[in-house]
Amino acid sequence: MRPPKRIRRRAKSLVLLGLCAVAVLLMLVPLASILYECFLNGAGAITPAFFLKNPPPPCNPTAGTTCPVGGVQDAILGTLLLVGLASLIALPVGILGGIYLSEFQDRPLARPARFLADVMTGIPSIVIGVFVFGIFYFFAQEGWITTFSVISGYTGAVALAVIMIPVVARTCEEALRLVPVSLREASLALGIPRHRTILRIVLSSGRGGVITGALLAVARAGGETAPLLLTAGFTTGSIAGLSGWTPALPVLIYQFASAQYPNTTQLAWGAALILVLMMLLISVGARLALRNKFGGRSA
Amino acid sequence: MSGDKLVVQNLNAWYGKTHAVQDISLSFPDKKATAIIGPSGCGKSTFIRCLNRIHETQPKARSEGKVLLDGSDVYQADPTEIRRKIGMVFQRPNVFPTMSIYGNVAAGLKLHGGYSHDEIDTLVIESLKKAALWDEVKEKLDQSALQLSGGQQQRLCIARALAVQPEVLLMDEPASALDPISTARIEDLIFDLKNSVPVIIVTHNMQQAARVADRTAFLYLGKLVEVAPTRDLFERPTEKLTESYITGRFG
Amino acid sequence: MRGASSRARARIFDRAFGVFTFLAAAILIALPVLLVIVIAQASWPALIRFGPAFILDKTWDPNLPPITFGAAPFITDTIITSLIALLIGIPISIGAAVFLAELAPDWLRAPVAAVVDLLAAVPSVVFGLWGLYVLVPYMRTTGDPLLTKYLGWSPLFAQHAGSQSGQSVLTASIILGIMILPTISSVSREALRATPDSQREAALSLGATRWEATRIGPLSYARSGIFGAAVLGLGRAMGETMAVTMTIGNSNNVGTSLIDPGQTLSSLIAINFGNALPLERAALVELGLILMGLSLLVNVVARLLLRSMTRMGATTA
Repeated sequence: MRPPKRIRRRAKSLVLLGLCAVAVLLMLVPLASILYECFLNGAGAITPAFFLKNPPPPCNPTAGTTCPVGGVQDAILGTLLLVGLASLIALPVGILGGIYLSEFQDRPLARPARFLADVMTGIPSIVIGVFVFGIFYFFAQEGWITTFSVISGYTGAVALAVIMIPVVARTCEEALRLVPVSLREASLALGIPRHRTILRIVLSSGRGGVITGALLAVARAGGETAPLLLTAGFTTGSIAGLSGWTPALPVLIYQFASAQYPNTTQLAWGAALILVLMMLLISVGARLALRNKFGGRSA
Repeated sequence: MSGDKLVVQNLNAWYGKTHAVQDISLSFPDKKATAIIGPSGCGKSTFIRCLNRIHETQPKARSEGKVLLDGSDVYQADPTEIRRKIGMVFQRPNVFPTMSIYGNVAAGLKLHGGYSHDEIDTLVIESLKKAALWDEVKEKLDQSALQLSGGQQQRLCIARALAVQPEVLLMDEPASALDPISTARIEDLIFDLKNSVPVIIVTHNMQQAARVADRTAFLYLGKLVEVAPTRDLFERPTEKLTESYITGRFG
Repeated sequence: MRGASSRARARIFDRAFGVFTFLAAAILIALPVLLVIVIAQASWPALIRFGPAFILDKTWDPNLPPITFGAAPFITDTIITSLIALLIGIPISIGAAVFLAELAPDWLRAPVAAVVDLLAAVPSVVFGLWGLYVLVPYMRTTGDPLLTKYLGWSPLFAQHAGSQSGQSVLTASIILGIMILPTISSVSREALRATPDSQREAALSLGATRWEATRIGPLSYARSGIFGAAVLGLGRAMGETMAVTMTIGNSNNVGTSLIDPGQTLSSLIAINFGNALPLERAALVELGLILMGLSLLVNVVARLLLRSMTRMGATTA
């Protein structure tokens, strides 16, 4: 009776553990396929024109003619402006908020702020888009904004900032909490004022984690599409600042993917290639920034 | 040799580059408690962890030598079968937190299978009685094992180890995380247990060894220094090293 | 004198710094509060016009009078796509987590975990692009016909006139299943790693095989954490917009078959918001309100589960 049972258990163990290894491979397949397809379909679009020209009109190649491919210059510019302005708003607010959560834990706002920041990070980004659109729509109706339209780069940047703020605040808080209390006490005991203790000692010790959080938030903003669709709009023309419709790379990918013309589809793949490479670069960079300082978390 | 339940021959064990157990040969008679003493880091834990082959489950751990259970080499057999025959109780109580008190004791039986419901019931009750826990838990067998005190949890772990009817019981400093009263209960328990199953207990507490063990082995820096009946070892050590350790000159 | 004035200056800076951090914390609180107010206010016209029937009504028609808006098909598809995504995502992601946390040798663990986590860095629109140009054609030519051939007797996989494009509820669900892999996998990996070694050894010492030791050791010990990870994945799947919008086929009709096109709450907002007239826009905002409610619920549950895990860790470690 016993031996067969024992062999069965051993076989079951091997099979199930083997399936776990297969699961890892299954997770790698989509990543590999996405990278492969981006290179295959997008690498051809990456020419100097890709960065220096704007998209051509949609075109179906007929016998003997070819379609111009063009580039995505203003969408790159638009992404940089949108993410740049969003970072300008969100990084200071998020980091200051993170400092409050970590350094003033006993103050009355700390608990509700932490809880609501967590709630905010769980809200779908398209809802954030609806929210920010609603605010600016209201402003426009009240006649408070006159120099730009509701659908504009400014609205888009604010939407991205709203997405970034709670992420930055919470990662910043967690990074600062890893800084030992003794370090703060040592500094305060020397008579160094609180603000300087926090800025010079705490913030610089927890730098790695704060930078990681900031980088990840910037990366997330750079890849966001849905809220921008509702707030920043899209155009294939050239842009002047953020006051009008402002194309971003992710929105361009969506628009051109749906349009299904060969030349613009190739631009979409090219943009996807650039975007994915940027994201991978940032997330690897963020990992490295974390490894140097406190909290070198293992897998 | 005859009458020895477990015989260890030229056992060596490593953790990475650390040679934690160096060429130890030692035999354990049936129905006796053997204590293994020595200063911390002397390899005594690693030594008994080799006996049920749990040492090798750690990354970078390695061992060589022979361990004979009733004459057949443990290292030639299926490790799951060996670990079932050679039970182990650890330094800290490690009950399964998601299982009930009953479930903890029955866990091993259910893994090995081949027992009817009634047989499992009987073995669970028997093991809890042997572990001197039955009276305290008989009313709440289906409650979480986590709500027991530390001492009770450790006795539950002993019951869990006994349930699969091991032929040898290893105990790795089983009382080091407990208060004096719980410790005394565990020691009484070991004293009773050795009549049914040989016990090998690692301890850094010499009084404990003196109280529970028939034989005591002294390990130092990975080597076996001396093994003798407990009374002899403490009263008339033959090695200078043993004497200075038990008189508290180091360790 | 100088000492006194620098102390005074430090005090002013301390105060100013306190004010700035306080304002930032106030913004953290104000944003979600404002969000609820704005969304509620913007959806008000639809709320009073359609009342609670909005949730049950199956028609979304801004063109023909009487203009009716109902959320039922989109709520259904949101829930269905997310649940199928979990069905696909859970075994793979937890299997991978077990491999990386319990089985992989040290030298393999960190690099493979890092690569697997990169999946989380891929923007959702790129998943959508990949879905539209790689997965959708595959489903159209191979996947869907196979399903219809062998499972077509079931209404779940029956083929209808509108369901030959490859864009379908099923296709969107598969994409979502892939997208939630890194979320579930990394959170459950951390939960597994938090299991003390003594749990593994307890199981091994009873004679458990390696799989059995994993099951009654870490997998049980970390089960609320793993459950929390799955619920977090569910939340991510429900809120996901772009990849779904690009692969689900965007049909407002209720289909019975999984290979029919469909529409989720988020995809309808993405498609229609830009061109909607005021009443439809209000109704779309109300969809956003529903979506927000669903994801809040799910996220709160996930957080409670993950917190109960930390509590258990405190009592047994």
